Amino acid sequence: MSKIKSLADLRKMRDEVRSKITLREKSDNPEERVQVKVAMATCGIASGAKDVMEFMVDSFEKRNIDAIVTQTGCMGYCYAEPTIEVMVPGKDPIVFGYVDVKKADDIIEKYIKNGELLEGIIPVNYQTIDEQ
Amino acid sequence: MTKYKMHLLVCAGTGCHASESDLLLSNLKKEVADKGLADEVQVIGTGCFGFCEKGPIVKIIPDNTFYTEVQPGDTGEIVAEHVIKGRKVEHLLYTDPVKKEHISDSKHMGFYQKQLRIALRNCGFINPENIDEYIGRDGYEALAKVLSEMTPEEAIQEMIDSGLRGRGGGGFPTGLKWQITNKVQADQKYVVCNADEGDPGAFMDRSILEGDPHSVLEAMAICGYCIGASKGLIYIRAEYPLAIERLKIAIAQAREYGLLGNDILGTGFEFDVEIRYGAGAFVCGEETALIHSMEGHRGEPTFKPPFPSEHGYLGKPTNVNNVETFANVPAIYNKGAKWFAGIGTEKSKGTKVFALAGKINNVGLIEVPMGTTLREVIFEIGGGIKGGKKFKAVQTGGPSGGCLTEKHLDTPIDFDNLLASGSMMGSGGMIVMDEDDCMVAVAKFYLEFTVEESCGKCTPCRIGNKRLYEMLETITHGKGEMEDLEKLRNLSYVIRDTSLCGLGQTSPNPVLSTMENFWEEYEAHVKDHKCHASQCKALLRYEVVPENCVGCTACARNCPVNCISGERKQVHFIDQSLCIKCGACEEKCKFDAIRVI
Repeated sequence: MSKIKSLADLRKMRDEVRSKITLREKSDNPEERVQVKVAMATCGIASGAKDVMEFMVDSFEKRNIDAIVTQTGCMGYCYAEPTIEVMVPGKDPIVFGYVDVKKADDIIEKYIKNGELLEGIIPVNYQTIDEQ
Repeated sequence: MTKYKMHLLVCAGTGCHASESDLLLSNLKKEVADKGLADEVQVIGTGCFGFCEKGPIVKIIPDNTFYTEVQPGDTGEIVAEHVIKGRKVEHLLYTDPVKKEHISDSKHMGFYQKQLRIALRNCGFINPENIDEYIGRDGYEALAKVLSEMTPEEAIQEMIDSGLRGRGGGGFPTGLKWQITNKVQADQKYVVCNADEGDPGAFMDRSILEGDPHSVLEAMAICGYCIGASKGLIYIRAEYPLAIERLKIAIAQAREYGLLGNDILGTGFEFDVEIRYGAGAFVCGEETALIHSMEGHRGEPTFKPPFPSEHGYLGKPTNVNNVETFANVPAIYNKGAKWFAGIGTEKSKGTKVFALAGKINNVGLIEVPMGTTLREVIFEIGGGIKGGKKFKAVQTGGPSGGCLTEKHLDTPIDFDNLLASGSMMGSGGMIVMDEDDCMVAVAKFYLEFTVEESCGKCTPCRIGNKRLYEMLETITHGKGEMEDLEKLRNLSYVIRDTSLCGLGQTSPNPVLSTMENFWEEYEAHVKDHKCHASQCKALLRYEVVPENCVGCTACARNCPVNCISGERKQVHFIDQSLCIKCGACEEKCKFDAIRVI
């Protein structure tokens, strides 16, 4: 990593990062990767998010699914921890609550492979500053 | 690879469930199956949409149509029209109350704007351990802009114009604080981030640090530039190990990118951040006590003035802001003071994060524009009271705050309105209480907390609160007199008016506000020796109802102190002198033969 020297450098870097993300978000190509974010704040970890994350990383590898699993902070749905967000290319991201290892398995088999939704979906009910 | 072409999402949250969403769900499933569409269309129940007022809700994907107030009888029409023919069912669409137009896409509906995430903008969205993801979301752009395009005075003016007020509880205007510290001349100044989150039930600062640590670092650097400080300190409690770990990673990454350290972004500005640990004392959230603790002294407050902005850490001018306050800062510079000042009420701008806890369905973190009502927060976003019980009160502002009741539900939440209602914003904890909570016991709970957390330096807080607690103890034991209530009130005023710091000055608030709003409960405890919520054990009496008792012996076998006697198939008897009121007998009795009076 080299130091960022100016505002222009920072913007260039931001645009690079962003274009990588939008490529992923906008793609309709099923060959593209599935993206999973696991809410790994104290509340999530205390309810077992670590096990879920490990399981998902392992399972994607074993089942040969091209997916990226990353951690993120608290989504705010503490009543439904652990929570994960799954983004299948070409579709809106979906947040699942009450995810344990078994549920994670169902999410991979039913939702990611078959597009079938599962109980425990948490509808997004807020606005971000990007929409303002 | 996708088998289903369409999904019908039916809200199965508590609110919608109460208006027959379960029947709606099964009707839709049946309808879809009858039409032979079960392989293409999936019907599924989901969590709460936070729009319970207009429930039951049905959302259709992929077109994002949002139907409100759907009745079980509407299912045929939805399937025949929307699913099969692709025509929206107009009369079920949400009607905008202002424009009187149907809105089909949920993203354009007003209720979506009930929650607006500014401080939490990246929480649950980016990987907090990867600085690139933060940069991809305009991270450090505010810092770069301020450093290369603004003078400190211009940047401070922008902060003043935004109207941001401190989110830690006091609500002091942030820009003004920066301006005061900027004007003091000194060879060294400090920026301190107060991450000593101590209110029971509040955890937004922890979540921000765990989910978006860079936003705080960036804001601290901006503040450093504005006030002329090259050093930043984060005072965080050692009980937050994950937040500390992520902060450390964030600091290291920012240094590596040259966003902290010498010559930041080639502008010659120097700023670095260190972490200081607190042992988790409530009083150390008070800024003078916090500074003493960082200096290695006892965490005790001192009289203000002098304010830390003149005489702070190591005697140098120090600007102390809370985590959530800092988290708002980069967004303000990126989107402009005008934008921020356009959100909220006249004197409270922007949004506030609340931690919903207690007897509420959707326990969690929410962020709403200032001016949202308690009703919207509790009954819509929060999904209402658990188990369909009746709402009684909500405690805001933690041990320094007060209770708000049904009559306050439609008050727009902001700093001034909450103060006027006898409570305060505090750090944003909201503990919801239902009909099963005894308000005298609630006041006692908070007092117990204050007594434990009082540093002991000043007499009113150290001794006064202890006496308050003892009086409440007497009252909850049914041994109080009416004159005790008067004493309770007077002593509360004395403590409020004479304590040294904010902790003592606000500690009687739970007592005063419960006395104000629930006087009848205090009276019931004193005059009738009754606790109507059945929480004060000393006032309860468990009795056997002779006509229901079949003599099964279940109560006697489960009584931990063996105070229930009686032969098999004979009416049993509870010895009141031995009973510890644990309630085990009532729980085990299958014949309703134990009553609580």
